[in-house]
Amino acid sequence: MKIKTKKKSMTNHDNSIRISGAEAVIRCLLEEGADLVYGYPGGAIMPIYDELYKYQDKLHHVLTRHEQGAAHSAQGFARTSGKVGVAMATSGPGATNLVTGIADAQIDSTPMVCITGQVASHLLGSDAFQETDIIGISTPVTKWNYQITKAIEIPEIMAKAFYIARTGRPGPVLIDITKDAQFDSLDFSYKKCTGIRSYTPTAKLCNKSIEEALELINQAKKPFVVWGQGVILGNAESELKTFLEKSGIPAAWTILGLSALPTNHPMNRGMVGMHGNYAPNILTNECDLLIAIGMRFDDRVTGDLNTYAKQAKIIHLELDPAEVNKNVVVDVALISDCKISLQELNKKIKTKVYPNWIKCFDDLDKIEYEKVIKYDLHPKKEGLTMGESIEMINKYSKNDAIIVTDVGQHQMVACRYAKFSQTKSNVTSGGLGTMGFALPAAIGAKMGAPRREVVAVIGDGGYQMTIQELGTIFQQQIAVKIVVLNNDFLGMVRQWQQLFFDKRYASTEMVNPDFVTIAKGFRIKAKRVEKRDELETAISEMINSKEPYFLEICVEKEDNVFPMIPSGASVSDIRLE
Amino acid sequence: MKNITYTISVYAENNVGLLNRISAIFLKRHINLESFSTSASEIPDVFRFVIVVNTDADRVRKIVQQIEKQVDVIKAFYHTDEETIFQENALYKVKSSSLFEERHIQNIIKSSHATIVTVSPEFFVIELTGFREETEQLRKDLTPYGLLQFVRSGRISVTKAKMGISEILNKFKNTK
Ligand SMILES: Cc1ncc(C[n+]2csc(CCOP(=O)(O)OP(=O)(O)O)c2C)c(N)n1
Ligand SMILES: [Mg+2]
Repeated sequence: MKIKTKKKSMTNHDNSIRISGAEAVIRCLLEEGADLVYGYPGGAIMPIYDELYKYQDKLHHVLTRHEQGAAHSAQGFARTSGKVGVAMATSGPGATNLVTGIADAQIDSTPMVCITGQVASHLLGSDAFQETDIIGISTPVTKWNYQITKAIEIPEIMAKAFYIARTGRPGPVLIDITKDAQFDSLDFSYKKCTGIRSYTPTAKLCNKSIEEALELINQAKKPFVVWGQGVILGNAESELKTFLEKSGIPAAWTILGLSALPTNHPMNRGMVGMHGNYAPNILTNECDLLIAIGMRFDDRVTGDLNTYAKQAKIIHLELDPAEVNKNVVVDVALISDCKISLQELNKKIKTKVYPNWIKCFDDLDKIEYEKVIKYDLHPKKEGLTMGESIEMINKYSKNDAIIVTDVGQHQMVACRYAKFSQTKSNVTSGGLGTMGFALPAAIGAKMGAPRREVVAVIGDGGYQMTIQELGTIFQQQIAVKIVVLNNDFLGMVRQWQQLFFDKRYASTEMVNPDFVTIAKGFRIKAKRVEKRDELETAISEMINSKEPYFLEICVEKEDNVFPMIPSGASVSDIRLE
Repeated sequence: MKNITYTISVYAENNVGLLNRISAIFLKRHINLESFSTSASEIPDVFRFVIVVNTDADRVRKIVQQIEKQVDVIKAFYHTDEETIFQENALYKVKSSSLFEERHIQNIIKSSHATIVTVSPEFFVIELTGFREETEQLRKDLTPYGLLQFVRSGRISVTKAKMGISEILNKFKNTK
């Protein structure tokens, strides 16, 4: 047997200290400024949890009720704080339960580090208890992953993990640590990662393309900007605002770009895509120049690519070279951080106005208002609408809440009607469309921005996918406001069944439990609203509550979300009814 | 767009997990690999993957963009056959008796420029390096004489143009 000569926590000559791998993990987190982690313990990660116990005054661990909840909470935290979210789980089922959240973070470019315990290295490959190949499983849905089998690897790999998660196009990184590596000791010293030779986070902007872009902008008569989450991830909100104000170009957002520019900004013309606004979708196919900023031409945005903005020249401001010319072939690509590209454009952009072109937006907005918005926000019928519920939330949160949405009709309605004054205020699962995202993401969102009002808007279906996180909310006393827009249906799927499957409502009707009783069972204040005249008081009470609060709003069962671009159709074939 | 043969060259850190990552990129897009080989490269600690696919220009460009995006990949390139020098290597195991009984087989070996690697009382092994058609022709020619085993390597190739990997790595070193 090897005899340990150095005692724990003894400082060595090179300023390193002898500590366990598990303690090293905690110290690495603290070095990276991560003082909050979400997770769930189990056999293979117990040494790390033991250290969490010792470090509890420095590092706050939130015990979620399911590892998926830990991953989504870490995502919510990252999205509102701009920092890297951290989630932890044990090996086997703990690790596989994280996978949905990791996939969601990958497709929505959310910086996250996941730490999983793994069976001891001598057991790897033996189908040991709770052994799963989480590296193999997570490879296609992580930006990077690595299995640590020796304690000595921990500082360098953890530093790399945070660097990779945060830089360039952000994304999830998974670090799997065998149990023996957690127990073994190492001489610990920490150095932050500042570069990896095989990895270029941000390309250097090419000056020639800036000139080419400016030339196209100067020539354009009907230019149009579509921005995405790249603006938020790149902290380029003020550059975008300056660009739009100087250039006079009307702009619309993808669902993940929402809140980068205040709702009431005159250049903000709404949302593009499947349930986006009428004007920006129609005019995508009429503009003569499309300037795409930090967005990736997702199919929910473009509809049929063969008819998407074919008449227009296209400029693409994009950080990730693999996104350039992937779905849409562009005329000029500005490959760099969009903050830098916008700064360069802003130096030389001419001040202009496009009154006739802007009027095209105004005219189409009027049509959408008359055909859709009026009925959503000021309904004449008896049943409550999702739209008026969101409008009431706007009123009492003074257009300044962080809105966390799940997936479905309520998500589209919330994104269409919620009003924002600040950036990083819209948290939703865009690329993956993960039902069950909102409740745990709201926990993270609130902890990432504790002074902000956080309202989670959730469907009755998705709510039941992660409803157990009410336990986390109560235990941690996280003052999130939870609104379930209950239509007793998997509404979005029902809408498609109505429109495209002759109303064959296969397995979309829900016989729901008493949500108020459930919330109360979790010892959370709760209320149900069924009638219009109760709505205002209920929402005001909810927003004014200092504690977590649950509000069920029973809405019209078979309402549809319009406008809508049927899947595979052209953006200009957007339907209003 | 027309499908043709492309050789993808990847310079990467020696990392087992990367193999999985790269193959996932092809799997996702239902692109069959014609061949795949990995080896050391001209630079210490840098691995080289040579992947051969049959696809069109647009798809190969997107695949290479995805490969290059991987953190552990230093650089990825793709080339047409005209832009590379490439070879494959094949081994043929034949019954020894046929070597002595069939005079014709000696002519086949001679004219194909194959070399005899080993001879034992039971079998002999010959090796041929060349283009696919050449190793394939020899396989056909030997089949009637009792081919006990046949195996062909993946394509290995070098490009006519410069790769500039050392420059990339030096640049990184100097900015550090
Ligand atoms: C995990 C998961 N499973 C299935 C789906 C498919 N899906 C998309 S929207 C939706 C219905 C959501 O119903 P609900 O949560 O009640 O929201 P509503 O549309 O009624 O507002 C379903 C089933 C999904 N997006 N995610
Ligand atoms: Mg519903």
